[in-house]
Amino acid sequence: MSEVKYSKEHEWIKLDGEEATIGITKHATEMLGDIVFAELPEKGSNVDKDGTAGVVESTKAASDVYTPVSGEVIDTNQMIVDDPSKINEDPEESAWFFKLKIKDKSEMDSLMSKEEYEKFAKETSA
Amino acid sequence: MNIKKTSLNNLHIKYGAKLVEFAGYQMPIQYKDGIIQEHKYTRSHSGIFDVSHMGQLFISGGDDLTNDLEKIFPADLKKLKTNQSKYSFLMNNKGGIQDDLIITKTSDGFLIILNAACKYNDYEVIKSKLDNQYKLNLDESLSLIALQGPEAKNVLNKVIPGCDNLKFMYGNNHVYKNEKVYITRSGYTGEDGFEISIKNSDAETFVESLIENGSKLIGLGARDTLRMEAGLCLYGNDLDNDTSPIEANLKWAIPKSRIETEFVGSEVLKNQFQSGVKKLRVGIKPDSKVIARGNTKIYNDKNQEIGKVTSGTFGPSVEHPIAMGYVDNSYSTVNTKIFLEVRGKKIPANICNLPFYKKNYVKGEINV
Repeated sequence: MSEVKYSKEHEWIKLDGEEATIGITKHATEMLGDIVFAELPEKGSNVDKDGTAGVVESTKAASDVYTPVSGEVIDTNQMIVDDPSKINEDPEESAWFFKLKIKDKSEMDSLMSKEEYEKFAKETSA
Repeated sequence: MNIKKTSLNNLHIKYGAKLVEFAGYQMPIQYKDGIIQEHKYTRSHSGIFDVSHMGQLFISGGDDLTNDLEKIFPADLKKLKTNQSKYSFLMNNKGGIQDDLIITKTSDGFLIILNAACKYNDYEVIKSKLDNQYKLNLDESLSLIALQGPEAKNVLNKVIPGCDNLKFMYGNNHVYKNEKVYITRSGYTGEDGFEISIKNSDAETFVESLIENGSKLIGLGARDTLRMEAGLCLYGNDLDNDTSPIEANLKWAIPKSRIETEFVGSEVLKNQFQSGVKKLRVGIKPDSKVIARGNTKIYNDKNQEIGKVTSGTFGPSVEHPIAMGYVDNSYSTVNTKIFLEVRGKKIPANICNLPFYKKNYVKGEINV
């Protein structure tokens, strides 16, 4: 089974061998409200852990999307660029943001488990 | 400062509002449906907005009141019929806008609706300019409810029969639960609608009865996207102390009969009418889906800075990013190509006509 972890910036990351799929959490979409714009990193570019790797905008404001691990962008999800409302509908499955070929698996260690993230999300949104 | 609550606070919570502080009040930014659904429901049916944080200033007493108020406001108050409303401004001596407001002539004076963040200052300014000669009452025992949208008249007519006789920018006294309410046909969404001034203690049951008749509560988030699509200014964003009504492209609100007369800021305005202005408020439509928010810098095709965005969002009904802002007057012609600096990139955009969304007012004088 593939491993899913969570960042304090409200991204989820699913690791499958060396390939990681990254998106934003349902909790993040609930805080943002209706998402009307998404910008993704360029395919083939390299992104660094905790660096900006995209943008989402609601009617109210713009928010950066960070990458929880370093790697090369091998795929991006055009569906969410064409229809950003999909991010509100299905944030943790079909509305993923980008896929990375990761550099260093140990970067996963500092991330949170599902239980830890849920607790974190609850505490920080209170 | 203690955060204030309107008389509808419990109702906001009951209907799942996300509450934020706005101008010293705890106000709903959105309810459960979210901004886009709330926006669309207002355009397709009707929405209820708690605007009780806005100031309701009643001024009365004395035969010279109309004359004295004309020394402050650039509106043609002498021509105003009883119960008629006009959009106007409180300006400083430099012609900058201290507040934008609606003046209605009442049976014994005037009612002025003020922006929440400006109301206490406006009160002091107006009072001192009137030399304390008149009775001023910034009445906080009243709530203000806006009902907006194509179904607004049908919904309101079921709760307060007869209100659909009102024309746009006119008001009248009505009765709700044996109490007097004052209703005007006005609003700030680009839709037909009403604003109802009602006793605080009656506000909650009144709103519940609007909801029972099919309307829904709408938050400040959708109020903002609605007014932007309608090309309407938000004080503090699009209007401020350093911007005149001419620069704000609101000169339609200054009647010709007043241009040669004296009021606060009239010298500057007279000059601007004759010699033109350096900057002008325009509508802006980005070519792509990128949203340019307030404070985004605007450039020409030679990479020279020519202005600044003051409001910008995604327009849920026009389904495209929209913005307004101020540019150097030589770039204010419709279809002029401009560039918006968003996250370090220059995004192509065009100057466009306002509003973005066609208005649905019920006849009359239009152009608010």
